[in-house]
Amino acid sequence: MPEEFEPRVVAFFCNWCTYLAADLAGTSRLKYAPNARIIRVMCSGRVDPQFVLEALAEGADGVLIGGCHPGDCHYQSGNYKALRRFLLLRRMVVQLGIEPERVHLEWISAAEGDRVRAVIDKMVADLKRLGPRRPVLGVAS
Amino acid sequence: MKPKVAFYWCASCGGCEEAVLDLYEDLLAVLDAIEIVFWPVALDFKEHDFAAMPEGSVDIAFVNGAIRTSDQKHMATLLREKAKVVVAFGACAQLGGIPGLANLTTAEEILHDVYGDAATMPQTEYREDGVSLALPELFDQVLPLDRVVPVEYYVPGCPPTPNIIQSAIGALLSGLAPVRGSVLAPDHALCEECPRKATRPVDLAIERLRQVHEQLIDSETCLLAQGVPCLGPATRAGCGTRCIRGNMPCTGCFGPTGRVRDYGGKALSAIASILSADEEQEIGRILEGLPDPAGTLYRYSLPSCSLTRKPEYTHVGRNGKPAESNHH
Repeated sequence: MPEEFEPRVVAFFCNWCTYLAADLAGTSRLKYAPNARIIRVMCSGRVDPQFVLEALAEGADGVLIGGCHPGDCHYQSGNYKALRRFLLLRRMVVQLGIEPERVHLEWISAAEGDRVRAVIDKMVADLKRLGPRRPVLGVAS
Repeated sequence: MKPKVAFYWCASCGGCEEAVLDLYEDLLAVLDAIEIVFWPVALDFKEHDFAAMPEGSVDIAFVNGAIRTSDQKHMATLLREKAKVVVAFGACAQLGGIPGLANLTTAEEILHDVYGDAATMPQTEYREDGVSLALPELFDQVLPLDRVVPVEYYVPGCPPTPNIIQSAIGALLSGLAPVRGSVLAPDHALCEECPRKATRPVDLAIERLRQVHEQLIDSETCLLAQGVPCLGPATRAGCGTRCIRGNMPCTGCFGPTGRVRDYGGKALSAIASILSADEEQEIGRILEGLPDPAGTLYRYSLPSCSLTRKPEYTHVGRNGKPAESNHH
């Protein structure tokens, strides 16, 4: 029997909310899918769309961006910038033949350790259903 | 002895060749300083004569156009063999250019769209009386020049502007060669030299994105402030802000500055960040004013998008050895 496909998720978590939530999930000993590689950034607004494209180009099956809830950004408006870029980026990657489910944005506060678990578990399950990344349109495989 | 120079075009429109003529009388000084050994568009040179030249006997080869057929790949390889320095000339050679938008589809779909099942569907090979003629293969992917052969320098633009051509040729002929891999143009964003810079609000926030045909454009105010998606913030300067002076937005033909890896990613960031909305539906409404994100943000650089980048090709260098990778 072939081995089950284990997607690789690159997760950019903001220093003030989502990364702390992931920390909380850890100290609370919550069990969740081990597929996400978490990268801490100071703010979800620091996530340059180039980072997401690069992650996908280097073989990530999905990219998750985690930031503070609207109104809670440590830097006032970084998460709003993240949202605007994310919405445009998702429209664009679809044109390039990438399923929208592969790029994801979630607001997770420092108190929501359980939400980290739920979001990562759901994303990994979705990606398992989608399967490995297909070659991008126009690229001979 | 005058430096020997070759010019060649691949998948291009001819605009880069015309851009050379746009030097006007300055062209005479350039022609005095060099010896042209190959320039099929302008003068009668034959491939077999060029192929007979010794390896490395040409000083500089200016190659414009992207690579999308087997014939273009063959010519690029031949030019690489003969030339000490290969210059990717213009947006298509540098980044893939307008023809690079073909990467949104496949070669098969393109051929079907153009020829359908009509009787004019091209035969790829024709034989008669022992003579055989073959059409070059159309690749599935349009490639920038440096994905096929190593390239020393890049001259940006669609087409490169006369000032850029002149300073590039000057730098190359003077022997004051810049670092290999350089783009021969200033390394800052277009906004820095924009004549409308003073009218750009500190906190740019736009409520509506509009295409140029959808409104009357004021000829003095920052185009972004008017809601026109101008790519100046993400694009390399050096063109003399010609489009802006013509009351048209920058569409990004000079490509990224040296600190940017992926032009479209950067352009996307520049446009999305200034939308004046914090809520998903409202942002979505503004984004409807940008109906073709990939075609707008990667207009000249889709084949250079990180996502379409293939693992390193094994380049074959001038001396037959694999060349070092050529990422910029």
